[in-house]
This record gives sequence, structure tokens and C-alpha cells, in this order.
Amino acid sequence: MRRERLSVVASERVGPYTLLRVTRGGLDPGIPGQFFMLEAPGRLLPRPMSVCLAPPGELAFLIDPIGPGTRALCGLEGGDRLAILGPLGNGFQLDVERPLLVGGGIGIAPLPYLSEALGRPPAVLGFRSDWHAEAAGLVPDAEVCVEPRLVTELVDPDAAILACGPEPMLEAVRALAPTAQLAWEAPMACGYGACYGCAVELDGALKRLCVEGPVLCS
Amino acid sequence: MLLNASGCLDALTAPEVARSLDAFVTKTVTPLPRDGNPPVRIAEAEVGMLNSIGLANPGIDRFLTGNLPRLAKLEIPIWVSVGGFAAEEYAEICSRLDDHAEVAAIELNVSCPNVESPSESAARIVASARLATRKPLWAKLSAAVPDIGAVACAACEAGADGLSLVNTLRGLTLDARTLRPSLAPAVGGLSGPALKPVALAAVYACYQATSMPIVGMGGVQTGRDVLDFVAAGARHVALGTALFADPDAPSRVRAEVAVELDARGYSDLDDVYATAHPELLSIGTTTNGKYLLK
Ligand SMILES: Cc1cc2nc3c(=O)[nH]c(=O)nc-3n(C[C@H](O)[C@H](O)[C@H](O)COP(=O)(O)OP(=O)(O)OC[C@H]3O[C@@H](n4cnc5c(N)ncnc54)[C@H](O)[C@@H]3O)c2cc1C
Ligand SMILES: Cc1cc2nc3c(=O)[nH]c(=O)nc-3n(C[C@H](O)[C@H](O)[C@H](O)COP(=O)(O)O)c2cc1C
Ligand code: FES
Repeated sequence: MRRERLSVVASERVGPYTLLRVTRGGLDPGIPGQFFMLEAPGRLLPRPMSVCLAPPGELAFLIDPIGPGTRALCGLEGGDRLAILGPLGNGFQLDVERPLLVGGGIGIAPLPYLSEALGRPPAVLGFRSDWHAEAAGLVPDAEVCVEPRLVTELVDPDAAILACGPEPMLEAVRALAPTAQLAWEAPMACGYGACYGCAVELDGALKRLCVEGPVLCS
Repeated sequence: MLLNASGCLDALTAPEVARSLDAFVTKTVTPLPRDGNPPVRIAEAEVGMLNSIGLANPGIDRFLTGNLPRLAKLEIPIWVSVGGFAAEEYAEICSRLDDHAEVAAIELNVSCPNVESPSESAARIVASARLATRKPLWAKLSAAVPDIGAVACAACEAGADGLSLVNTLRGLTLDARTLRPSLAPAVGGLSGPALKPVALAAVYACYQATSMPIVGMGGVQTGRDVLDFVAAGARHVALGTALFADPDAPSRVRAEVAVELDARGYSDLDDVYATAHPELLSIGTTTNGKYLLK
């Protein structure tokens, strides 16, 4: 874990989302599924974001502007600077046979980097609208479905599933494939185990998602 | 001394951050293990944050067998924050900590806003704890009382060695979309910059009311904030919420303190200590026997 002030290289619109590209500085991009805490201009607390892409010298984050912090991040422009802390948490286990990536909505954020690490395995992605589905272009070899069709209809439960998306989607994937690797979310103040804010119930007890996860295998 | 505020750092998951402090203060330990409150238990507020962690901790048994030996290996002074629901519970934990040389001090959390507060007064808790341990006892007080100076005096008479000021204040935020409370238990503890003027006033009042050393905390983010707390009468300062955004805050804040002192022509923080207080009325001593002309 390391914290640096980095410069925005570019901010690109992808459907309703923003791909925020920053210089990498001395930061290690980490393992797909790990995350960084991004300083959100004008906000007290940083916001957790998965690495979307890690081309040489850069880190890129795909951000859905749903509230004040994410809107401030999406408003950054080339040359702006922000502090970034990471990589944090536990990423996906990559030594799997016949991987299948499953993503829903902004949950596709970690999949481009994951796809690269796994040699572009098949992916199935679900979106709310055609506009949101523009983000599917970031994931190679992706089969896309748009609501009312649900992504779980495309899931082969015998594949080694690595999934990220809204909680109902993750629950549905888990019901189909109990051994799937799932990337969960919780509100986080610190991302490195300091605040105990990100508690989720695991094995009947509350545990810190930023320490035990965000990727969990059931 | 620069410390962390209780509950704002886990030295076992971030040992390098703990080592950048002069002492590590644990999250409050209670007699029995506690899972804490259900999620959601943090929310951002205007210039601050709310938490409703609810004293999640392993309980004193597992703390002594699991956490303390590992904390001792960090080789920095360990302060253990102690909580409970009755004076006897505080005393029991204090007596169990008393034999552990690796515990440098005990902070009595008599002020957590996230649990049903102990019905006993701060002074009664301090008095029971005093009988149970020889360790230095720091009473951590809430600013949500009509006269914090009086509470501080009572804690002093009950045998406290120092004060930690202040704990969070009760606050509420509502979700922008649903207008329902953001936190699962509805209300939580407010920390961060919003708390700073309240905390400074508490330090100021307690400095005037007692001669006990004070750890000041509440919204400390910068070196300038440290100077403010020391000028108001704090001997030590703790970083809480600031650590969440910036685990490098201790070294940054120290560097900023050096710059702030230099800009004012001071050589160290002792020069700033209690300078916010009026030329101390040219009285020699106060009613509680404290010599005021420094
Ligand atoms: C490990 C991790 C990785 C993440 N990666 C990404 C990413 O790559 N791209 C991205 O756009 N987002 C990601 N998120 C989610 C993102 O961090 C939140 O959307 C952001 O913190 C919201 O901040 P805000 O100020 O914009 O909105 P807020 O005002 O904080 O929230 C707006 C609304 O969303 C809800 N909400 C906020 N945070 C969460 C959450 N974590 N889970 C569920 N509901 C929430 C709030 O209750 C509220 O109703 C990730 C979260 C985690 C924990
Ligand atoms: C997430 C969180 C957890 C906390 N847990 C404790 C605790 O267990 N015991 C305690 O005495 N104070 C606890 N506090 C209060 C802090 O120690 C401190 O008094 C308060 O946050 C004010 O300082 P700050 O504004 O720098 O954060 C907690 C604060 C936060 C934000
Ligand atoms: S986000 Fe602070 S402990 Fe997990």
C-alpha cells in the first residue's frame, strides 16, 4: 500500500460512465479485483475504485457518477492532481481453468484488467440500457445482454466464474455457481482496515470487506 | 506526542502507520467480544463523517491472548482503550491489564455515543478503575455535557492521570434519495473537521479547570491544527478521521508542524503550549492549586 499524488492524463466518456486515466507514478497496479482509494475533490473521504485498465505508465478507473464523490471524480480534467492509495484488498485468484467473467453495470469496471490477465477469456455482461452497454467495448470477447434480459441467463454454471456487479446479481450468480469468485462492495472510509466501517457478514460474523475481500470465494 | 485516536487505526493490519506514531491507542476493548452495529455504519457528512461501528472488538480474553502479544512486537508504547457498561466492568479489564508491562497506559472510554452509555458517571468509573490498576489512566470525555471542566475535575479527584478530549458527538445524516437515515442505527458519532472547534473549546476549558495533561483530538488534519490544540492546552495530539484519507498523515503533519513553528519563530511545541490562555490573570495559583504563571 502506497499513497501518491498523481496527474489526470485524460477523462473519457463511456456511455454514462467516465474512464479516468491517471499517471501511474510509483504505484503497483496490483492484481485484478484489488482496488485503490481515490481522493475525491472537495470531499473528506476518498472513494474505493477497482483498477479497470493498467497500460504502461497509467492506471485507469471506470466511474459511475452516482453521488457527490463519484461526480467530483468524473469532473476531473487532464492535468488535475489527486491522491491515490493502493493497491488494497484481495483480488481474484487467477489460476483457474475455463474462466468466465460475469459483469453487471458498473460492476464491469475490474473486468478489462482481469480479462487481460487471464488471456481474454469469454465474458458475459448485463446492462440496464444500450447506453450503459457502451462500456462493454472495454471487455474483449464479451456477450452482452440488456434488461429485461438478465446476465445470469447467459452464465454457464460449470465454468470457473469471476463476477462483479450489483448485489442481486452476485446473489443470483452464487445460487447458480456456489464456488464462484465474487467481488463485493461496501461503503468504505479508509480501505486499509482502520475504520471497521466496511463490515459485511461472513461465516456468521461481521468482517472487514477491505481486508478479507473485496473478492470472496464462497 | 502524536498518537492515533482510538478506533481510527488497526496497528496489526497497518503496522507501518502505527510505527509512524509515538504511541498506538487500541480500539476500545470491552469485557465480551462485540460484532458492533449492523451495516451501513459509516457516512460522509458536511465537513465530517458519522460512524456507528458500535465498539466492534474481540473482547478482553482474545485481546490479551491474540492481539496484545502481536502489538507488543511493534515496539511502540501501547495504550489500551477500555469500555464497558458498568464501573465494575471497566475495573475488571483494568485489573487484567495491570500485569502486562507492554501496556503503557489505559484510556477509559466513558463517552462512546454508539452504545447505551454506562449509567455511572465518569468519576465513578475512574474511581473503580483506579483501585484496579497502577497504570496511568486517561479519561476520555465527551463534549456533550453542560460543563466539561467540572467533569474533568471530578475525574481528576477520582484518580485520573490525564484527559483525552474529545470523543465524537451524536449526529444524523439522511440518504439524498430516500431521506432515510444513512446509518443502520440511524444516529452515529460525528468526527472530522466539524468537531474541531468543539474539541478546542473542551481542551481550553479542561486546561483551565485541572492541571492534568491532555490529549487533544477532533478534526486534526494539519500541522496548524496541532498548534491550535497545543495552544489551547493539549500536551499531546491524536489523529483520527484524518488517517482514513491519508495513512501518511503522521509524517505529513509533523513536517507541517515544523514549518508552522518556524514561521512563528518558535523552536518547539513547548513554546506554543497553552498560549491561547489569557496572560493567566497574573494570579499565582487557581483554586485547584495549579500554578498559572508559566
Ligand atoms: C472495492 C470497491 C470497488 C469499487 N469500484 C468501483 C469502480 O470501479 N467504479 C465505480 O464507479 N464504483 C466503484 N465502487 C463503488 C464506489 O466506491 C461508490 O459508488 C462511491 O463510493 C459512491 O460515492 P458517492 O459520493 O458518489 O456517492 P454516495 O453519496 O456515497 O452514495 C450514493 C448512493 O449510493 C449508495 N452507495 C454508496 N456507496 C456504495 C457502495 N459501495 N455499495 C453500495 N451502495 C453504495 C449510497 O447508499 C447512496 O444511496 C467500488 C466500491 C468498492 C467497495
Ligand atoms: C470509525 C471511528 C471509530 C471510533 N472508535 C472509537 C472507539 O472505539 N473508542 C473511542 O474512544 N473512540 C472512538 N472513536 C472516536 C475517536 O477516537 C475520536 O475521539 C474522534 O473521532 C474525534 O477525532 P477525529 O475528528 O480526529 O476523528 C472512533 C471514531 C471513528 C471515526
Ligand atoms: S474501509 Fe475502513 S476498515 Fe474497511
